[in-house]
Amino acid sequence: MKSPDLFSSPEGSQKLLKAIHKMAPELGLVRLMEVCGTHTMAIAKAGLKQLLPSNIRLISGPGCPVCVTPAGAMDQILALSQRPGLTIASYGDLLRVPGSHPGDSLLRRKALGASVQTVYSPMDALNLAVRHPQQQVLFIAVGFETTAPGTAACLLEAKEKNILNFSVFSLLKTTMPAMKLVASSAQSAVNGFLCPGHVAVITGSRAFSFLAQEFHLPAVISGFEPGDLIASLYWLIKMLYEQKPAVRNEYTRLVRPEGNPLALNAMEEVFTPQDSLWRGLGKIPDSGLALRKTFSSWDGSVKYALQPELGTEIPGCSCGQIIQGLMEPEECPLFGSRCTPSDPVGPCMVSSEGSCAAAWRYHPVN
Amino acid sequence: MEEIITLDYGSGGLKTSQLIESVLLPAFSNEALNQLGDGAVLENPGGPLVFSTDSFVVSPWRFPGGDIGKLAVCGTVNDLSMAGGRPWSLSLSFILEEGLPMKDFQEIAASIAKTARETGVSIVTGDTKVVEKGKGDGIYINTSGIGFLLPPGKTLGKSAIRPGDRVILSGPPGCHGTAVMMARGEFPCEGQIISDCRPLNQLSAAALEAGGVKIMRDPTRGGVATTLNEFTENTPYSIRLEETAIPRNPSVEAACSLLGLDPLYCACEGRMLAIVSPEKAEDVLKAIRRQEGGEEAAIIGEVTSQYPGKVILTTPLGGSRILGKLTGNQLPRIC
Repeated sequence: MKSPDLFSSPEGSQKLLKAIHKMAPELGLVRLMEVCGTHTMAIAKAGLKQLLPSNIRLISGPGCPVCVTPAGAMDQILALSQRPGLTIASYGDLLRVPGSHPGDSLLRRKALGASVQTVYSPMDALNLAVRHPQQQVLFIAVGFETTAPGTAACLLEAKEKNILNFSVFSLLKTTMPAMKLVASSAQSAVNGFLCPGHVAVITGSRAFSFLAQEFHLPAVISGFEPGDLIASLYWLIKMLYEQKPAVRNEYTRLVRPEGNPLALNAMEEVFTPQDSLWRGLGKIPDSGLALRKTFSSWDGSVKYALQPELGTEIPGCSCGQIIQGLMEPEECPLFGSRCTPSDPVGPCMVSSEGSCAAAWRYHPVN
Repeated sequence: MEEIITLDYGSGGLKTSQLIESVLLPAFSNEALNQLGDGAVLENPGGPLVFSTDSFVVSPWRFPGGDIGKLAVCGTVNDLSMAGGRPWSLSLSFILEEGLPMKDFQEIAASIAKTARETGVSIVTGDTKVVEKGKGDGIYINTSGIGFLLPPGKTLGKSAIRPGDRVILSGPPGCHGTAVMMARGEFPCEGQIISDCRPLNQLSAAALEAGGVKIMRDPTRGGVATTLNEFTENTPYSIRLEETAIPRNPSVEAACSLLGLDPLYCACEGRMLAIVSPEKAEDVLKAIRRQEGGEEAAIIGEVTSQYPGKVILTTPLGGSRILGKLTGNQLPRIC
């Protein structure tokens, strides 16, 4: 395995940081949104915010899969977890997400005896179903274009092998409709985007060109090492400075203009766009991925009659505003007092990619 | 909503601390316990004794670099060593589940015997219980141990920590936690990670002999970050770590980066953290490096009074961030 540090050279980054500091005073307040939760975490881990000029603000966007899952969907999953003969399988982060009632989560239901399994991929969940043919296994699929192809591949296999004790409840979402919403929101007032590298590996860099074409905003598709992030920020600031917005690809070692056709085809075969509910953002047209009719035997929403609603937000929880970049985690009245990673109130504090968890865990000094 | 025990309470992080502070300390408070060291130091007419106990529930019971038997000896030996003791005798209790293959049990017993022999401790008393199928997971082990307190004796403890003291770590963090995780076969990753599971009695004895040691701890559950927080919490001092100075294992770093884990929060079972006076830091470092398992030791940081109670990490880019205690449970049942 390669060490992740191969792509970051502190010396190179220092030069770019200097250049950023030189251009910044000409720019006034600049709000740059990182859309991806992994970027949020990487920025916090590297202590990057404090190295930037004070007028360059990094704000977190709606790119943490767990954070945008509505409380109403969690309520339905929690209720379903009590059903005998059914195992709920999902990624570890989702197990901690509360529904509409503080303290209730799949983790708690598991401790009280519900059959809940942490898995690392949809294939693990399918294997679970194969190993336990008497048990129904429902995989809760959350995530974006990054996890959707794996889920699609898994459903294709389930169909091919006719594994009928397996189903998927798709809460999968697509990135572009949400980015469009944020880009067009006067309230969010975003001046540029740090685009999600992993999503772009699948969708291709071309999928982001609307940001410059329709919204005249600069955007850079970025990798996840500190060096990547600084290089991407440099390009964003430079494009703003020169007033030449474009979409650049910094993550060229993995991202192609056309994306990954194999993954896109699998997604196309299995999923169809549907309106989707986002915590904090509400309903966004065509931003979700529903299973096609041909997969209805494996569709958890059909099998268990699941129709997610937004649900009620926990009073005082500001995750909705934080996801839109309207509020900083530290500005939430619950941050660090009633809401901590060990006793989370909202999903942004639960997810290892949530902006509140990042702010809490990698709290900058000062 | 009624509070219940979840896996988080066994994480060795924040929730475990809360359990100790809210239930156990109020119930059992006494001078030896309240120190919350890895082992308790007990007054004794023939010289002070060190006493400790540990339970082992690791799954799977065999992993690259060790097994539950080796771990059961190392765990208690290391607790005694970190409290400044020379380990002497251990007790050994098994809780076995119906259906455990006899050859597995024999293999584990042989591993216990081998590790005890190498460490110079005797198993002097024990117990075996068997529970019905489905009421355990193969095998759980508890060991308790006593040892003799080595010079300088009772002065070890966080009250001796002062600004300027150095932080020494005996090798790369996170090998044990990630090795067990990989041994569960849940990840299709290439490359094998070997657990750091090993007895630390030679390392701690060498460090104590070199002098200047303020406190020692083996960063098990909760990892290096949580242990350092335990050193600084409720003190007027902070610890500043240099990220670039921390010894690294590239395979562990890569696995952690893939799994969204941080090696600084992953359990070690054969690493030592020591706070040492600045005059003696180089001597202690050299003494540790001469021991098997201490070759990669490094000074990773320094005690300051800048941010009382906190642990601060300086990143390679020059940014700084607070390194808190582990919250949640990165990896259950790793020891």
